[in-house]
Amino acid sequence: MPASTPRTGRRSAPAPDTAPDDAPLIQAKALTKRFGSYVAVDGVDFAVRRGEVFGFLGPNGAGKTTTMRMIACVSPVTDGELRVLGMNPASDGPAIRSRLGVVPQEDNLDAEMTVWDNLLIYGRYFGLPVSVIRERAAELLAFARLDDRRDSRVDPLSGGMKRRLTIARSLINRPELVLLDEPTTGLDPQARHALWERLYRLKREGVTLVLTTHYMDEAEQLCDRLVIMDEGRIVAEGSPRQLIDRHSTREVVELRFAQPEQQDAALPLLGGTGDRVEPVADRVLIYTAHGDDTAAHVAAQGVHPDSVLVRRSSLEDVFLLLTGRSLDE
Amino acid sequence: MSDAPVRAAGPGWASWSDALPLLRVTEREARVWGRYWHTSVLTGVLMPLLFLGAMGVGLGGLVDDNQGTVQGVRYLAFVAPGILAATALQSASGDSLWPVMAGIKWVRTFHAAAATPLSPGQVYGGYVTWIGIRLCLNAALFVAVAALLGGVPSPWGVLAVPAAALGGLAFAAPLVAYSAGQDSDLSFPIIMRVAVMPMFLFSGTFFPVDQLPDWLEPLARVTPLWHAVELCRGATTGSSSLAGALGHTAFLVAVVAVGCAWGVRTFRRRLAS
Amino acid sequence: MSTAVAFLGTRRTLRVVERNTRSYLRMWPAFLTGFLEPVFYLFSIGIGVGALVGRLPGPNGPVDYDQFVAPAMMAAAAMNGCVFDTTFNFFFKYKYAKTYDGMLATPLGVDDVVRGELTWALLRSMIHSAVFLATMWAMGLTPSGWGVLALPAAALIGFGFAGAGLGLTTYMRSWFDFDYVQLAIIPLFLFSATFFPLAQYPDALGWLVRLSPLYQGVAIERALVLGDPSPVLLAHGAYLVAMGWVGQRVAGRRLGRMLQP
Ligand SMILES: Nc1ncnc2c1ncn2[C@@H]1O[C@H](COP(=O)(O)OP(=O)(O)OP(=O)(O)O)[C@@H](O)[C@H]1O
Ligand SMILES: [Mg+2]
Repeated sequence: MPASTPRTGRRSAPAPDTAPDDAPLIQAKALTKRFGSYVAVDGVDFAVRRGEVFGFLGPNGAGKTTTMRMIACVSPVTDGELRVLGMNPASDGPAIRSRLGVVPQEDNLDAEMTVWDNLLIYGRYFGLPVSVIRERAAELLAFARLDDRRDSRVDPLSGGMKRRLTIARSLINRPELVLLDEPTTGLDPQARHALWERLYRLKREGVTLVLTTHYMDEAEQLCDRLVIMDEGRIVAEGSPRQLIDRHSTREVVELRFAQPEQQDAALPLLGGTGDRVEPVADRVLIYTAHGDDTAAHVAAQGVHPDSVLVRRSSLEDVFLLLTGRSLDE
Repeated sequence: MSDAPVRAAGPGWASWSDALPLLRVTEREARVWGRYWHTSVLTGVLMPLLFLGAMGVGLGGLVDDNQGTVQGVRYLAFVAPGILAATALQSASGDSLWPVMAGIKWVRTFHAAAATPLSPGQVYGGYVTWIGIRLCLNAALFVAVAALLGGVPSPWGVLAVPAAALGGLAFAAPLVAYSAGQDSDLSFPIIMRVAVMPMFLFSGTFFPVDQLPDWLEPLARVTPLWHAVELCRGATTGSSSLAGALGHTAFLVAVVAVGCAWGVRTFRRRLAS
Repeated sequence: MSTAVAFLGTRRTLRVVERNTRSYLRMWPAFLTGFLEPVFYLFSIGIGVGALVGRLPGPNGPVDYDQFVAPAMMAAAAMNGCVFDTTFNFFFKYKYAKTYDGMLATPLGVDDVVRGELTWALLRSMIHSAVFLATMWAMGLTPSGWGVLALPAAALIGFGFAGAGLGLTTYMRSWFDFDYVQLAIIPLFLFSATFFPLAQYPDALGWLVRLSPLYQGVAIERALVLGDPSPVLLAHGAYLVAMGWVGQRVAGRRLGRMLQP
């Protein structure tokens, strides 16, 4: 391990109240959250194993943040069962939170203080001695590539820098489990890839990561397993590969037309060309096992779109299929 | 924690806050203050002294010329404890409104604290504790300067420092709870103008409450500020009876206790719902 | 002519005023309670402490203490009425809300913005003063007919402080600098011969007080309300006009450089 790598991994000897190594780190059974009469999370079951990267996907309002907040013990469970690190959030909140790292969807940094003060103050919330924080903060600033901004105030930093600082801050207590709610929203592609790199490093060190994201490529890259949520329920679960295999075809043919009228005119002719035909705003997607054959079939029907693209199915296709409007029809 | 935290090397301010977890929140406020203390000294220390100079010395000269004493002391000695308690109230309300909205909603620093082992109640308690510490510091400076000017005739006057802080807390404890429950700061200027300002001016601060119209006097006597003023004045002029002082203290402590209960509930609702 | 334009504003100036009026209508409780502060002070210090002070020498024989304090509170009302809008609000709008960037993308120019804000603040200050004067009248604190000039005089105070507020605010760097606004307003309020006459000050301090901007306003209002006009008042008025004029010129220049660099 290079000298600059922070030792963010968990300790070898687990505390006595920790669940045995093979037990799930997070276990939810029929987990439910209601705000008044509104059901935000509707009886979900999932388990996160030690050392894996677990993702929550879903459209806006699906209940991802609400679920994450229940795991973080800052939102009481309405119904069902939730165990985190083998403990009960209702009674062991402080003990659980002391071993968690949390990156909230919205940054809540101390805007008027410096970058370094932010790490210091947050570390003190955990009761860490200043000498220990000083040591870890130096490593974390390097990790977040913010060493040269150590003494600048947070307020004028760019959105991406603030995000990186929030992530660095969440690691100050060397958590075993890190919850990241849309960690890369607002980051440029380069910063996004750099962050993935750092998340891999945490994973290698044995840290368990739970994240939400709206980027399908991110989920595909990072997550060992993920669930797709919609309207408070889990609609699919598995590894990215399993989800694609299970819910989509092997390949997709994308047809683009110059005019919307041409697209409308072509639709009735495409009926038998693939397993599913899915018109979206600016193109038509045809789900099929063999893309080239389907493309030939389309041409034989006398449909001549502007462009024809054959590609492999992606998580995005699964997502659209499971949460898109077409599912309701 | 899975790794036992290394003990702090020496007795720094880091180690005292390990005794009570809520002091970690207090410590955060102290660190922020350490960076911006000069502005808070301007308002917390200078403003009361300006009032003391204008009302106690300037206006006091006119009062003394006209009638010699008020309640048996020179006007400066009469008004100094009033200004002490009233400016404590004012600075406590400043700390209890906008900064709380910032912690709950605008910057969400309270949420950050609640994501750590600290509970919402501890976040509330730590913040209010900080307000209390600030009030004590400001009051101590004020009493020292007032004593130099001859505004504190009795050595019991040192007790006016905790008395003023208690009075400020009797306002801050419930007001922090109130602010934390709000979704916008629209009502804050109104609170300053229709609650803080009238209390500041009519709770026996600048003239005895028995001069107020009959219907207003009982109202002034139930404000926390009137009790704080009486307590401070009893101390600085050495005129208090033990029973009277205990009565005022009990009233103020009761208000603080109710405020704390409300605050813990509101913070729990806002930070963990 | 250009002076008249600067004072009264152009039609474009009124657009800015109109925008502010609309945004204030949504916050009317805060707006309404703004009148209360000087009234409370009049009751507390003027009447409450006044009972302890007795009578003070006035231009036409001794006056009750509340008669002495009331015109000073009128001047303070005129000052308070415009301070908030020309400091905190002005800063917030050009620094954070980017209100003016939006305006400058229309036919409005930087001078329109500054004059608009000045006019708006002056308007608000006049409303505060008018309500206060009415309160004074209702309480029998306007013994002289010259008192009708108290309102136009308040406009001079409003203009002076609004201009100065706008000008100084362009030098503010962050919210923390606004503690200096407090630190300027409170001594002005307490030590401009508001609560006790110049004679109470040691000589050196007395001269300092004579230089204070609020003192100019207090002197004018007190002379008019107590029925003792004199040519000296013109000098006090000229001071206020000059302060406002310089302030708004500075604001225009500096705002222009900040918003359209
Ligand atoms: N404190 C609350 N009070 C009432 N309703 C709430 C509260 N928090 C969340 N909700 C509701 O619960 C639902 C789920 O919200 P949640 O924030 O969990 O969605 P999300 O999946 O994180 O969405 P996004 O992708 O937009 O972040 C929404 O309809 C939201 O309005
Ligand atoms: Mg969310």
